[in-house]
Amino acid sequence: MTMDNRNEMPLAQTARKAWLSLMAKAPDDAILALWKAQDCNPDFTWLRRPETGTVMVRGRAGGTGAPFNLGEMTVTRCTIQLDNGTVGHGYVQGGSHDKARAAALADAMMQGHAAEALQTSFLTPLSEQIAAAKAKRARKAAATKVDFFTMVRGED
Amino acid sequence: MYVAVKGGERAIDNAHAWLGEERRGDQDVSELSVAQIREQLSLAVNRVMAEGSLYDPDLAALAIKQARGDMIEAIFLIRAYRTTLPRFAGSEPIATEKMACDRRISATFKDVPGGQILGPTFDYTHRLLDFKLAAEGGLADAPEGDAQQGDVPHVLSFLDGEGLIQQEKQGAGTPPDLTREPMELPADRPLRLQSLARGDEGFLLSLAYSTQRGYARNHAFVGELRIGDIPVEVDIPELGFAIEIGDITVTECETVNQFTGSKTEPAQFTRGYGLVFGMSERKSISMALVDRALRWEELGEDNLGAAAQDEEFVLSHCDNIQATGFLEHIKLPHYVDFQSELELVRKLRRDTMAGADCTHTQEAAE
Repeated sequence: MTMDNRNEMPLAQTARKAWLSLMAKAPDDAILALWKAQDCNPDFTWLRRPETGTVMVRGRAGGTGAPFNLGEMTVTRCTIQLDNGTVGHGYVQGGSHDKARAAALADAMMQGHAAEALQTSFLTPLSEQIAAAKAKRARKAAATKVDFFTMVRGED
Repeated sequence: MYVAVKGGERAIDNAHAWLGEERRGDQDVSELSVAQIREQLSLAVNRVMAEGSLYDPDLAALAIKQARGDMIEAIFLIRAYRTTLPRFAGSEPIATEKMACDRRISATFKDVPGGQILGPTFDYTHRLLDFKLAAEGGLADAPEGDAQQGDVPHVLSFLDGEGLIQQEKQGAGTPPDLTREPMELPADRPLRLQSLARGDEGFLLSLAYSTQRGYARNHAFVGELRIGDIPVEVDIPELGFAIEIGDITVTECETVNQFTGSKTEPAQFTRGYGLVFGMSERKSISMALVDRALRWEELGEDNLGAAAQDEEFVLSHCDNIQATGFLEHIKLPHYVDFQSELELVRKLRRDTMAGADCTHTQEAAE
């Protein structure tokens, strides 16, 4: 494997990218159920209320060539500020305002002293749920892999 | 003269109320939920997302319910809704070589690294109606195997290693977007691919089939067909870095076509490319064949006058919303237009009759 030079991110940024990506891709039900279980309702102000829009998804001609516009996907975003001044961004797939709000709050809290606890009780279980679902799909796909066998004809 | 026609509001309201009832059908039968459509009619949902050009399974399922299962009407609803949404950004091009493949097959190489993964396919089923599905019943779990580790490489990358397949042209900057700028012809390949990706499946299937039957001869092999999930990465300006904003399912088809070479290039294979939202095999293969047929000029091939080679013809007619909009508008009131036609035909007939009478009179005189 070669090192990707573009990925020279500070460690904190890499971690933040990871949790934001995890929450963005999480199924609505999974993230909302887990978030509700946290029972954490910090005071905050909206810097940007949830709004749904799109991101234009791009592909490459021939898989490797020039980019082209494949079509859009829905995305919901919002920004909150905790009373201590920390800003959290929620950028999530789909149209759920609640999901974006949960992601923004978690993003803000992950930048503070509650990070470790939230990681353990929220992000890790969420990540494990998603990984388990993906792994199950991968195992089902593997079961449909063709094992060719060759008939031996005549004598060698 | 312009005659304002009013009235009809009550009739329209009542028609729509009845439409609502008919949509619901027999109320003794339980109502379909949007989640049921999303989960159990997923290929219909996929088609609405692909041709509606908006990846959102919940919205697509809702559109199918609202449209009573009329796919083009559902696509229309999604297209209309999409125009109300602000666009936040454009993504990085998705890296399909990193796809978590549910399915991955090659018709060109049997023993391909990563293997032939059939996935949840209709292929090899006997197409016999399964009456067990008519009765609700339990479901056996699908067997599981040992999951493969690591990415599944593109099949054509092996040909590329030997220099046997044409390198794709790289492009810089933002690709052209036909949803923002009116399409101009000749279109370059990125614009064509965008247009085909949202084009009507039936139209592209027929065109692709026509190339197989000899209208634009380019015999295609399916080098690879893969279906699976892929993350979409997008730069977030307020963060100053990119995050994965979502996971989408796409179908990718790469065809391998013979190319005898030119003065500057040795004989090698060329590609047709199809990429479609959701699991949409027929559409992606069709797209790849039509993409390849449209490349005739770039590859120095003959224009055989085939429909699939005619960019203006293909791109102007592949959008089913444009097509249905223009087609169906002719059922709306054209009373005044038609009145003038009616007047014209009556006048022509009067003139002809008058002329005929003259001739008769003359003949009689002679």
